[in-house]
Amino acid sequence: MWFYILKRVAQALPLLLAVVVVNFVLIQLAPGDPVTLLVGDFPAPEEYVKQVRAEYGLDRPVAERLVLYLGQLARGNLGYSFANRMSVAELIGKRIGPTLQLMFTALVIAIVIGVTLGVVAARGRGKLADWIAQIGALVGYSVPDFWLGQVLIILFAVTLALLPSQGMRSARSVATGLDAFLETLPYLILPATALSVRFIALFSRITRSAMLEVLNADFVLAARAKGLSEGRVLLAHVLRNASLPIVTVIGYNLGLLIAGSALIETVFSWPGVGRLMFDSITKRDYPVMTGILLFVSLTVVIANLLTDLAYAALDPRVRYTR
Amino acid sequence: MNEIILEVRQLVTEIHQRRGWLRVVDDVSFNVRRGEIVGLVGESGCGKSMTAFSLMQLFPTPAARVTSGQIQFEDRDLAKLTADEMRRVRGAQIAMIFQDPATFLDPLMTLGNQIAEPLRAHNFAGNATARTRELVAQMGLPDPELMVRRYPHQVSGGQKQRALIASAMACAPKLLIADEPTTALDVTVQAQILDLMRDLRDQTGAAILLITHDLGVIAEMCDRVYVMYAGKIVEHNTTRELFRAPRHPYTQGLLRSTVSLESASAELFAIPGTVPNLNELPTGCRFAPRCPIANAQCKQEPPFVANDASAVACWNVERAAASDIWKLEIGS
Repeated sequence: MWFYILKRVAQALPLLLAVVVVNFVLIQLAPGDPVTLLVGDFPAPEEYVKQVRAEYGLDRPVAERLVLYLGQLARGNLGYSFANRMSVAELIGKRIGPTLQLMFTALVIAIVIGVTLGVVAARGRGKLADWIAQIGALVGYSVPDFWLGQVLIILFAVTLALLPSQGMRSARSVATGLDAFLETLPYLILPATALSVRFIALFSRITRSAMLEVLNADFVLAARAKGLSEGRVLLAHVLRNASLPIVTVIGYNLGLLIAGSALIETVFSWPGVGRLMFDSITKRDYPVMTGILLFVSLTVVIANLLTDLAYAALDPRVRYTR
Repeated sequence: MNEIILEVRQLVTEIHQRRGWLRVVDDVSFNVRRGEIVGLVGESGCGKSMTAFSLMQLFPTPAARVTSGQIQFEDRDLAKLTADEMRRVRGAQIAMIFQDPATFLDPLMTLGNQIAEPLRAHNFAGNATARTRELVAQMGLPDPELMVRRYPHQVSGGQKQRALIASAMACAPKLLIADEPTTALDVTVQAQILDLMRDLRDQTGAAILLITHDLGVIAEMCDRVYVMYAGKIVEHNTTRELFRAPRHPYTQGLLRSTVSLESASAELFAIPGTVPNLNELPTGCRFAPRCPIANAQCKQEPPFVANDASAVACWNVERAAASDIWKLEIGS
């Protein structure tokens, strides 16, 4: 088991390296120049621009900069942000907490509501509840989340004035620890809702179809022949077996969840990695962009590993030994 | 003779198809006595499994229903019970085992938990864990302590079927319905499972309704036999009499089509033609199109079935008994 995990981590390293190299090169190919943004739009003396360019090593060829960057990376140094004048590791480190908090909340909401809706729809297949859940899922999956975020702000923050619309706590707040967490909750509701809607739709659809498939299985008939109540049949046998495809879909969607959080964090001014990514793109802050993409890749790799481990925990036929 | 615990009268079961409701079990009557092993034999698609599922009021397809008839089990008519009352009968008083133990066990649950499920569902008063171990040992499974923690994929086909039987016997049911319990097993394992079922009948006094297409299994196990053809029972008798002197032409054909050591050298016999489509049943006797002695009356009027110690649904019983009616078929 531990051997398997170690092996998976070792296998992920070349993948991460490839991600870094491709990203590094692609970003250089993109139009725009960080130096103009650093210096400003007003006409600066040619000498000064040159000096700034040399200061950040941007006058060297791409290949040389890549090798330098990889050398730094190997020593655990993610580089230095041009725009923020701060180390990239520190910059991302400060933003990881809020992002994980938002992602995790949205994920829990999506799993609880999505799976419940899927079970209800599968149970009442072809009936009213199923139709409502199906149409709801179609709408939920089709609505763009950043648009939904803005609608939620207008409705709950502006018109009804029930919930805060921006940031993750009051600017004057000095709370720490649990108090800080509790203070964040009202700020979390709108962005987490906006982020979770499409995943609720997705998880309810996959739960419904997985449940329907298992409902036809022989062992479900055998369970009913034992005189088990319908609820027990559904939970202990049908949902348990249907959880295998559900877990797969959830695991492989964590990457999408991060992508979605970039938009949501921007809409709600949530101080997370997604917002930082958006800012770094507009400022052509190369080291930050590469660092964030590395972080995202790492999250996806970890999510896939966790999915496989969850699979082994759920299905006794799957055992990872080597 | 022991008392009758199950008396089925004029049972009609239908399944829904595109063209409407289709009668898969048509006016079927039979009974089972305490501690008796009764066989229900017929080709695939003759309605024998649907008859069994009708007793449980539980169907593998959603669109199936018991349309009419009585299912008198002890002092109650199961056809009149509410869904929840019927649930309390299933697994407690009537249990069922199935054809393929590999697909009828939940792959994600230990054998011990699956065996204990009926105990928990029917509020077993004693210690469920101890009862599970006892059942596992009773089924002749090795090392009960280890066995209850195994998953289905870790044991053999025979062991899976033993675990399914253990689960069925958990609440000491009065009737065990066995739907082709040995069809999916190796021949050597088949004999062991049949022995186990007979031992369980002797120990617990449970009656067994054995559904099979295999006349060898019937001959070995059953006290009495009902022969089913195209949704109807065409003949019933004690096993000894049925094998000694089959009266219905279909039964005669079925017996002739079995392979024995003596006849192994001869050409294999099969009843010519196929089972009629339930959508296009003949008006008279359903076997008439394949029967070598069918006459005008057979083709118009359905034969009457008497429901006493033995009965046969045929207009020409005397003629069928008088000569070897299938001999001509073999010649031709």
